[in-house]
Amino acid sequence: MTIALALDAGLALLVLGVALWTIGAGPTFAAVVGFVAFGLLLALVWVRLAAVDVALTEAAIGSGVTGAVLIAAAARLRPTEPQSVGERPGATMRLVAALLSVLVFAGLAGIVLFPADPAPTLGPAAAAHLPELDVGNPVTAVLLAYRSVDTLLEKVVLLLALVGVWSLAPDRFWGGAPGVLRPARPDGALALLGRVLPPIGIVVGVYILWVGAIAPGGAFQAAATLAAMWLLVMIAGLRDPPETRLRSLRLLLVAGPAVFLAVGLAGFALPDGFLSYPVGHAKPIIIAIEAVLTLSIAVILGLLVAGPPERERQR
Amino acid sequence: MRALLDIVTVLAVLAGAVFFLAGTVGLLRFPDSLTRLHALTKADNLGLGLVVLGLLPQVDGALAALKLVAIWLLAQLAGATVSQMIARSMRRDGQRA
Amino acid sequence: MPEFLIATAGFILMMVAVGLVRILRGPANADRMMSAQLLGTGGIAALLLGAGTGASGLLDAALTLALLAAFAAVAFVNSADRQ
Repeated sequence: MTIALALDAGLALLVLGVALWTIGAGPTFAAVVGFVAFGLLLALVWVRLAAVDVALTEAAIGSGVTGAVLIAAAARLRPTEPQSVGERPGATMRLVAALLSVLVFAGLAGIVLFPADPAPTLGPAAAAHLPELDVGNPVTAVLLAYRSVDTLLEKVVLLLALVGVWSLAPDRFWGGAPGVLRPARPDGALALLGRVLPPIGIVVGVYILWVGAIAPGGAFQAAATLAAMWLLVMIAGLRDPPETRLRSLRLLLVAGPAVFLAVGLAGFALPDGFLSYPVGHAKPIIIAIEAVLTLSIAVILGLLVAGPPERERQR
Repeated sequence: MRALLDIVTVLAVLAGAVFFLAGTVGLLRFPDSLTRLHALTKADNLGLGLVVLGLLPQVDGALAALKLVAIWLLAQLAGATVSQMIARSMRRDGQRA
Repeated sequence: MPEFLIATAGFILMMVAVGLVRILRGPANADRMMSAQLLGTGGIAALLLGAGTGASGLLDAALTLALLAAFAAVAFVNSADRQ
């Protein structure tokens, strides 16, 4: 057994252990902590698999922003916590769930251990067309050129999710601002962190967006980093969550998908139709789309964590 | 030259691993949440610093070396502030309980 | 050299695992909050050492991990404080 294999096996066991503990953890807060730890360890696994783009996404969104959403949800569920801790699904339900999980695991194991020969892959085809796009990162090429329709639809779904979260507010709060995120008592260390970390995070986020064209990175990861920094500023109490009725805010939210859609519709002028790029101009268009998309997604993610409006709009 | 750099790497990374070991032993053996937090923050951060120091000769290019140092500084900043916040939270819980 | 780095990465990962077991078991929420701290240092060390030669953009991943671990820790402490 080589050392690398031992490391991978140890990592896999650790991830599995944390996942099992998270499922079995009683209090919701503990389970969310376990989930975030699981996500961060999973990022290590992705790096070991040489999928650094996915590792970035896992660290930024899978455990960072999603962890913040779950923590906020756990906080809202706290009044009902004592009753829900005692509830457990019945024995039949657990048996069915276990059976389905084992089936899925067996299917995945079968596919991985006994692949069709030769294993079906689009890798060479994807790599073959990279020079035409002048994009060095095949993941970015797939997301924004080969399968750009999927990316456009995903961003619209994100927007719809935000509208869904907003619709949880009572009618009289519609258009108001989400509740404050800062702690009850002022905390010097938190304020310091809220002042020093976000500038660094913004630089890192913009860098990840820019470098995504040729190395692992991209709009989604950059947006998650920017959203985390914005949330940090709000949690430190240095800024309050904005009112959701602000026109400038709503413009920022739709700008990304709108620009994407506009580029897509402009593609009808070309022979290939919707979302086709003119030859030789693909890279600047992709970068432009990614830049606006990053802004929009960052604002969407930040507002998703901030939650539904809880205060009346200022007249 | 290469051999000398490799020796520096091995020594620094080993020292870093020793500090991680010390931090974990402290986590396991210290009686109190606050002391465990102290062991975790101080020892593990120093271990990371030594590991980064050991990796500096191995990377090529000034940008990569700069990124490594930036990672360590970031971890230091985060560790210092977050440990203060956690300790404050523990003290408030103790006063309330 | 590569084997040595990967072996050290495995050792540090083991330390993280043992630390996680102790932290996640910890009776109070305060103990569990430290897991973000533990992964923020130990996880990054294991990442830097253990990535092997195949991963470009590794340092960017470590940067993001450091940032988001700090953010996660802040979110934990904030949530526990508002209890």
